[in-house]
This record gives sequence, C-alpha cells and structure tokens, in this order.
Amino acid sequence: MKILVCISHVPDTTSKINFTEDHTKFDTNGVQFVINPYDEFGLTRAMWFKEKQGASVDVVNVGGPETEPTLRKALAIGADAAIRVNTVATDAFSVAKQLANVVNNGGYDLVIAGRESIDYNGGMVPGMLAGLTNANFVNSCIGLEIDGTKATAVREIDGGKETISASLPLVIGGQKGLVEESDLRIPNMRGIMMARKKPLTVVEPIEASVETQSVSFEKPEPKGSVTLVSPDNLDELINLLHNEAKVI
Amino acid sequence: MGITKNKEYIMSVLVYTESEQGHYKKAALEVASYAKAVADQLGTTVTAVSINVANTSTLGNYGVDKVLNISNTQLEKFSASTYANVIKQAAENESAKVIIVSSSADSKYLAPLLAVELNAGYASNVVAVPSNTSPFTVKRPAFTNKAFENIQINTEVKIIGVSNNAYGLVENSSSASAEDFAPTILESSINVESVDKATDKVTIADAEIVVSGGRGLKGPENWGMIEELAEVLGAATACSKPVSDLGWRPHAEHVGQTGKPVASNLYIAIGISGAIQHLAGINASKVKVVINTDPEAPFFKAADYGVVGDAFQVVPELIEKLKAFKSQQ
Repeated sequence: MKILVCISHVPDTTSKINFTEDHTKFDTNGVQFVINPYDEFGLTRAMWFKEKQGASVDVVNVGGPETEPTLRKALAIGADAAIRVNTVATDAFSVAKQLANVVNNGGYDLVIAGRESIDYNGGMVPGMLAGLTNANFVNSCIGLEIDGTKATAVREIDGGKETISASLPLVIGGQKGLVEESDLRIPNMRGIMMARKKPLTVVEPIEASVETQSVSFEKPEPKGSVTLVSPDNLDELINLLHNEAKVI
Repeated sequence: MGITKNKEYIMSVLVYTESEQGHYKKAALEVASYAKAVADQLGTTVTAVSINVANTSTLGNYGVDKVLNISNTQLEKFSASTYANVIKQAAENESAKVIIVSSSADSKYLAPLLAVELNAGYASNVVAVPSNTSPFTVKRPAFTNKAFENIQINTEVKIIGVSNNAYGLVENSSSASAEDFAPTILESSINVESVDKATDKVTIADAEIVVSGGRGLKGPENWGMIEELAEVLGAATACSKPVSDLGWRPHAEHVGQTGKPVASNLYIAIGISGAIQHLAGINASKVKVVINTDPEAPFFKAADYGVVGDAFQVVPELIEKLKAFKSQQ
C-alpha cells in the first residue's frame, strides 16, 4: 500500500499572531512552526499501517524552502520520503490542485490529511483533493482500518459517529481518534539522524489559478476584563446573562 | 458599502437547507436567514434546496422565495458525494452564482466536493454577511480564532459556509413556493454501515448554549449536575481534553483545538482551567462564563463573567435559581 500524508507547516498554538504590511501579511517573525496537530494523528496512523501491515509512507507539503524542517521532522518520525511542492501555499483550492498532481503522479492508494489546519482552519483541502483525484473521501475521520483494497472508517457526525465502508483509493480528513494523543511520536536521535539521509524531493508547481485570496487580517477587539459575581449572589449572574448579555 | 444591484447576480442565491428525519435543522433556518441578507445585498431572491422534507412552509418564515423540493428514497442516507452532486444540479438548474451552506459536519463534508464540481471558490466558517459584493469579500476566523481573515472569492460561482450561530435566525415572511425537483442520483461508492447517535440530546454543533466540565469536577460520577444544568438551559454538554483523555466522558464531547470547535452564544466552563488549546477551540463563543475555585485560572482572562467558587456548591444552587427564573419566563 502506498500512503501519502499531507503535512501543513503551521504556527505553534502558543504563538502570538501578528500581521505586517498594513494587516495583509502574517508576521512569521519569532513564530515557531510545527506539523499541523491534525496531520500528526494521520502521520502516526500511517506509521502503524507501515509497521503492522506493510506500506510505504511519503509526506508532502506545498510551501517554500522554510517548510523543510517540518518535513524533516515527519521523516524523523518515520516517513520514508518527502516531497515539497515549491510554491507559496495561498488558498485551499490551489493547494489541493498541487497535491492532486502529486497524488496522480505517485499512484497513492491512501491519502491522509488533517481535517483542517490550525492556521487558516479552512477544512477544505482533503475534500477538494478527493474531488480532484476521483477518490473516495471520509471527513472528520476518527478510526480507520484497511483490508486489501477495502477501508472501514469511522466518521464523527454531529451528535455521534457513523461507520463507513469504501474501497481505495481513499482520501481521509483525519483528526484525533485515528490515534490518541498518547500515541503521537516524538522524533528520537536515531530517527533524526536517519531523516537526514532520506530523500526530500522538490517538485515545481503546476499552474493553478487563485480562487480565493486573503485580502486583510483583523485582530479581535480586545476583550474587557471579566465581571466577577460572588458565589453568594448567583441571582446577579442570571440577571447579567438575561439582561446584559441577553443569552438566556 | 451600500446595497448594489449587480447584474452578475440576477440569479437566485441558492441555500442548502439541511434536514434530519424530515425536519429542518436549526442551522438550515440560520443559513436561510443569511441567504436572505445576501440576496437583499445583490437585489435578488433566495432558492432553497430541500431534501425529503414533506412540509417546506417553515422556510417561508426565513426569507426563502422558492423551494426546490426533492423527494427521493435514495437520498435517505446522507452521502457527501451524492448530495454534493444533487446541489450542483440544483445550482445549474437555477444558474445560481452564490451558494450558501451551514457549518454542520455534513455540510463541511460535502462543500469541498461541491466546490470541485462547480469549480467554485469556497469560504468556510464565515461570520458575517459579505462586506463587499464586488469583489466578493467575506470575513472568517483564522489562526484558530486568534484573528479574522477577510477573503475575496474570485470565481464566478461562490460557496459560503456560514459559521454556526454567527448570524442567528432572522424572520422574513416570504412565499417559499415549492417546486418539485428530480435530480439524477449518482450512486455513492461509500456505504454507511451503521450510525451511532444520541437522538435525545442537543448536539454541540446545534447548541446555542454549551455547558462544559473539566478536571475540577474530580470524576465522571459528578457529571449529573452538569447534565442537569444543561437540561435546564436547553444546552449541550461538553468537556475539556483531560476529561476525555481520562475516559470520564466520550470523545465526542471533547471541545478545544483538537476536539470539536464551539461557536455557541453562551459557553459555561465549570472546573476548566483554560489551557490555550481549550480556549482556542471555544473562543468563537459569544459569551463565556467560568466557574472555578482558582481565581488565577487562565479562563478568567478569557471569560465575560466569572464566579470564583466551588462548583459543587455553585452549580446546584445555580440550577435551582435558573429553574425559578425559567418558571417566571
């Protein structure tokens, strides 16, 4: 089985988010970048397929050279090879088109991407990629087993879950549940040494039009300080929620 | 910008009004309300796509002018690819250039597939009506609610996914004239084998109020008061990540960055300290209340209202007072 795991290179959750150039560009100054947490669950699940059932695992990112340390980290965790599509990731649709080209050239049976990235939170790349490559698609996937060419997946739905069967090729929008947080792997020294020798192929982008574009960013209004209510005066809390906040 | 009548948009705004067991979801009425506002901006009408709902007249309270009424047993089970294709056929039937969907799990599943089918730019989690219709610009959260992004959709056909509770229900009396629509049904290559769903509870996605418990509650046996508080408020129950990791509550209740996102009108955090990952996931909620013994808990910095106190005393008393309050309403 040939597996491709899509890796987004995103600011760490604890990063301060600032913008430059008159609020049109994300300020990467001083920001630590990590593998998108949703993708990490998928990467670990792919490692399990490799170790328990036999599979090759490639990782891919659409981005400039600055994203290579993130791909090397994925190699250190255990992926066999990395591909970087050498273009700045702009909108979801064009990223999905670049990824579709990689998938079509690589003949992958299973593509695992995070349900969304924690930077733009679009939640569209996995579905668009499935649509563009005519593969089956399971979003918000919290469990996945593959037997031959048949997949059984669990999808989180509003208020519960459903079990789905589908044949490969398949694209997964993954999240926690594919593996648990405690299953996630931290690269060890041996992995880091080996990752240096693994192939990281840079491919040039295909031409893809920009369907949506960020024009500007805004920071939320600074929040006022909390209104404290005494535990002995809960009527006041109800009054505030009813008359001031108007939410009950 | 003011109201512009733009020739490009003389065709209806198309809205997918999701239903469950023959009834519209609350999110469907919210996206219909939103679609009406967009249609007013563009000087056009609203057409809804409705699947297997016998009585579509409810949509006439929320500004829908025309309903494409689809009734087909092959659509009884949700399939993202089949539904996306049906909506595509509806869009083509109406020559619709703007398509509105909700942020439910099913709509977020089908919308990217629909975008590919229609070669449409898609903006998800949109929180307001377009700030401009030429170029078409909408506002959505980014960086997990630490900022907003204004994005421009450049394609001829545009898809907007509206964030839950962002626009609310706005009543607008309209004709909602139903017209039978019989699209070709593509057979799904994905089979739903089983569905495991609590039908008697408010889901986090649909809820206007969410009551959430953390490790401060000490154990799963103490969740009775959380459920009771939720019941009094008509709220959904949720929990923090440690609580789900410890197996005190099901994973489906876990809210926060790697769990479910919450965009409720009111979020009540009980015994939750407010780790940055938790706050990131719930920050889209409009009003936040924290109840915690520790006044230094980070949640107090994110909350609108706070009670420094012991949940085991505060929550039961709050339940009693809310019952009294509700009985007077």
